Amino acid sequence: MTDPVMTATALERHYEVSSGLFRASRTLKAVAGVEFALYPGKTLAVVGESGCGKSTLARMVTMIEEPTAGSLTLDGKPVVPEDWASLRKSVQIVFQDPYGSLNPRQRIGTILEEPLKINRPDMSNTERTAKAREMLGLVGLRPEHFDRYPHMFSGGQRQRIAIARALMLDPKVLVLDEPVSALDLSIQSSVLNLLVDLQERLQLAYLFISHDLSVVKHVADEVIVMYLGRAVEKGSRDTVFATPFHPYTKALLSATPQADPRAKKERIKLDGELPSPLAIPDGCPFAPRCWKVQEKCRATRPALFGDAHSAACFFPENSPT
Amino acid sequence: MTLLHIRNLSVDFATASGQFRAVDGVDQDVNESEILAIVGESGSGKSVSMLAVMGLLPWTATVTADELTFDGQDLLTMDPRARRKIVGKDLAMIFQEPMSSLNPCFTVGWQIREALRVHLGMGRRERQARAIELFEQVGIPDPEKRLSAFPHQMSGGMNQRVMIAMAIACKPKLLIADEPTTALDVTIQAQILDLLASLRDETGMGLVLITHDMGVVAETAERVSVQYAGQKIEEQPVVPLFETPHHPYTSALLDALPERATEKRLPTIPGVVPGQFDRPAGCLFSPRCQFANAKCKAEAPRPSSIELGHARCFYPLNSNERAAS
Repeated sequence: MTDPVMTATALERHYEVSSGLFRASRTLKAVAGVEFALYPGKTLAVVGESGCGKSTLARMVTMIEEPTAGSLTLDGKPVVPEDWASLRKSVQIVFQDPYGSLNPRQRIGTILEEPLKINRPDMSNTERTAKAREMLGLVGLRPEHFDRYPHMFSGGQRQRIAIARALMLDPKVLVLDEPVSALDLSIQSSVLNLLVDLQERLQLAYLFISHDLSVVKHVADEVIVMYLGRAVEKGSRDTVFATPFHPYTKALLSATPQADPRAKKERIKLDGELPSPLAIPDGCPFAPRCWKVQEKCRATRPALFGDAHSAACFFPENSPT
Repeated sequence: MTLLHIRNLSVDFATASGQFRAVDGVDQDVNESEILAIVGESGSGKSVSMLAVMGLLPWTATVTADELTFDGQDLLTMDPRARRKIVGKDLAMIFQEPMSSLNPCFTVGWQIREALRVHLGMGRRERQARAIELFEQVGIPDPEKRLSAFPHQMSGGMNQRVMIAMAIACKPKLLIADEPTTALDVTIQAQILDLLASLRDETGMGLVLITHDMGVVAETAERVSVQYAGQKIEEQPVVPLFETPHHPYTSALLDALPERATEKRLPTIPGVVPGQFDRPAGCLFSPRCQFANAKCKAEAPRPSSIELGHARCFYPLNSNERAAS
């Protein structure tokens, strides 16, 4: 197998939360101990509910925030804040909302050329424009769109522009933070197709962040399921969807509505909601909502175990070998 | 029995650039204790048509209909005061974003008791007792304490339950839920959908579920109405809709679902939903339809027979299988 483009080891991000003037601030562990590797031409999907730390993970990978602990490597070199400026061009991000992520006062051409202006000062104007026009074609937009403003485009087209902008610096890793959840169903499929095409052509590594399991099932090669900042299950798409180990993964899969009215519904009902990330239980973070919980789960926190397909659970569903 | 009876409902908005028809000739019936889903993409008029029923549209909107009755009462000719007595009591609605539909200045208890005071004229003690009972019914733990919480102190799922509690406070005959779970996580979504279905079973109310999520439709609805660009283009019970869609749009929409994909490339629908200025002359879906011919582009199709799911199409799909069976 080829070498990974990016690896993350024991990645953590904590936030200090003040709880009043005269009280000690508390620590919110948004991400704790996440590990992964991104390979060229492959998609790693991170799934989980709101508040599970998916977006914080994206912010660390794109070097917007510094990890509190743990390390990232890009092409074998460690990612440290001193080198961020030069490394950032290899990792680009596409945001969820294409209405908020494009400057309404810039023309599409200007939007696309801006990353080059900042990061490639050696490039001449004509080269830049040529590259931006080429990129416009690559994402399936027409040349006449070059001088238009974002409001003249539909949601799907704007997301194409956002993808084009992310690709201007020839990145190796593309972080996709819920790239299709703001789009209508009929548009969603064409944007997903575009992402598949681009990945094949440019051998990009995708970090695909989503809460929509049916989309993840379609695009992912590897899947990480996160719960309260921790990875609770990790494995290839086929094994995670077919034989989930962790009870949370199983509940998540059963809660996802299937577009088949004849499908039998064996919905696992989870009681309660996500605990506050400020008060994560001592043992397994999922223990308060789990139906298989035992004394051991409340006392000690299970670690991820298993090789290709791992889960952090003492009493897994389809027990890992 | 038919609770809501709509014939030829249209809604026009006066915009700076002229009239815009958001809802175009929609017919719809909702019966007692049934779950009807209205699906469509953004801009298909699914919310606007139900807001017109509720009478909650802004003054820029003009509502016209041949018939619009709720529980035997004509909503078109009814005077606004009498209508106000029905809306919120017999006819209730849940909105998409619980965070922005609750008033941040008042506790949720105050807001739920207000509904009981205005519509049922209950006394103070009675109201408090009923509010606690309602919170228990929608599964809010520790109801007495939660009643004095403000919306910002609770999670999205809890706020949505408050919205539901408020909507069912006066035991409505018809509940309209406008994307009730879109802003929520899937595990919470499952809880809320089960709650709505069980309320229907208990009280026998009619439930209209407005959504764009085909998964939610398949799991919850009994009858489905598909809207496109303001028109109702098809209506069928849920199983035949998913198995033998008659309108090419419904069929294309179902094919575009990632979970139905058989290969890495998904089937797509080219183009976009027509807007105010590019409404086609004939069938509204004709510019994007793979089966469209000259007739489709020139002439607007009428809804077809009930056997063909009222599909607004000259050449409905899966028509032979139906005729044969």
